[in-house]
Amino acid sequence: MQVLIANHGAYLSGIATTLWLCLYSGVLTLVVGTVIAGFRVSPLTPLRAFGTAWVTVFRNCPLVVVLFFMAFALPVLGLNASYFVFGTVGLALYTSAFVCEAIRSGINSVPAGQAEAARSIGLGFTQTLGLVILPQAVRSIIPPLGSVLIAMIKNSAIAGAFGVGGDLYMTGTRLSSAQGEAVVPVLIGVALGYLIITIPAGLLLGYVERKVAIAR
Amino acid sequence: MTGSVLYEAPGPRARRRARHASVVTALLLLGALGWVIHRFAAEGELAYEKWGALIDPTNENFGPLWTLLGGGLANTLLAAGWAILLSLVIGTVLALTRITAAAWYRWAVVGVIELLRGTPVVVLIFFSAQALPALGLNVSLMWALVIGLTAYNCVIIAEIVRAGITALPLGQSEAAYAVGMRRHRVLLHVLLPQAFRAMLPALISQLVVVLKDTSLGVTISYAEFVQRGEIAIENLDNQIQVYLALGVVFILINYTLSRIAVHTERILSRGRSAAREPESAAATGD
Repeated sequence: MQVLIANHGAYLSGIATTLWLCLYSGVLTLVVGTVIAGFRVSPLTPLRAFGTAWVTVFRNCPLVVVLFFMAFALPVLGLNASYFVFGTVGLALYTSAFVCEAIRSGINSVPAGQAEAARSIGLGFTQTLGLVILPQAVRSIIPPLGSVLIAMIKNSAIAGAFGVGGDLYMTGTRLSSAQGEAVVPVLIGVALGYLIITIPAGLLLGYVERKVAIAR
Repeated sequence: MTGSVLYEAPGPRARRRARHASVVTALLLLGALGWVIHRFAAEGELAYEKWGALIDPTNENFGPLWTLLGGGLANTLLAAGWAILLSLVIGTVLALTRITAAAWYRWAVVGVIELLRGTPVVVLIFFSAQALPALGLNVSLMWALVIGLTAYNCVIIAEIVRAGITALPLGQSEAAYAVGMRRHRVLLHVLLPQAFRAMLPALISQLVVVLKDTSLGVTISYAEFVQRGEIAIENLDNQIQVYLALGVVFILINYTLSRIAVHTERILSRGRSAAREPESAAATGD
């Protein structure tokens, strides 16, 4: 346990980096996921096809492969960035497929009569979706969306393994392999670091879930 | 509710407008794709030297490359198979323990489940590869990967099983107790078989998760699909092409598995007004 106390600075900055990574990724993934979900329910066939392809690709491809591919392919397209940016964007794109599906299943959980009623009083597609369906869908979207974001926090360790320096996971591997600290306590520290984030997040999610739950 | 309820069945003018908008978006998307291909071509990424070994059977490197990758894929499937099998067994035991546990030690079972569920799977894999030898347990890389994957997935499967059991109608266990069965027989002979049936789609979806997570074996240099891909890249110097090929193979396998899961769900829900489906962990990208 001395390892944890002696290196608490490294652990804390690791947790901070992980949280920053997740914050940027989280915002980006919510935006992209919502847009793709809009594509998937849109009346335009090319957009629907694009949305479906997006979800199929990112849901079925391992995050490691997505990250590696991006790190090599994006510079070809003229986008050079640091590993932190690649990690953040890769994690966000990967998660966006799951965000999209959470939102879409939320939209599908709103009874069809709501959309029919909105249409019959003359609202268009954007109005039906924005004013009637989405406000109701939010309640059933929150629980699965929360699970997706918690999974994203855990997946950020993969972005760390891939080369985003200084996050919690890399702090652990650096302490054990480079500085030769005993591996068991170091890794227990890493696991604890993630648990400090994920368990309260899970409890918060459970609380919000109970608050917004509706019987349908 | 399907997407089509969101907008009117279009009239002639709306149809024309939608057709125009479709054509424009299709052109925009194709334009973007064309630009990407153009950039790849300009950087020499479409050259035969980069692709030949992957797609041309007459290329001298084609055979060796795919033998290498195929062996990696076999290792991936092997590790994933062991992991899902062990997770299923341990997960079922955990779920039954959690259901039957007396209050004074149930918190310990719940605690183990929450601890393993809240830790990233890549940490668990690294842990079993590094910490088990440090504790004097020498396991091969494959078993380190399998143990890490199992530690993470068995608790997810335990929760799927528990959800499957608690979703069953109460009458099932009441009837079983009424004909004089003991608790373990009620669980093993009446509740579990029905729960498994209802959970089959969720379990198949979990297989997709395990298969994707097997690629994390690359972090402990287990010779699985992605790690073999990296060896190929060292020799052929075609990162983009190899990772693209790896991605395509993963997507093909996992997409097939997801279709099977959906199909199974449809078959199962045909007979009965299905009991509430336990939420699949595959939907969260775990």
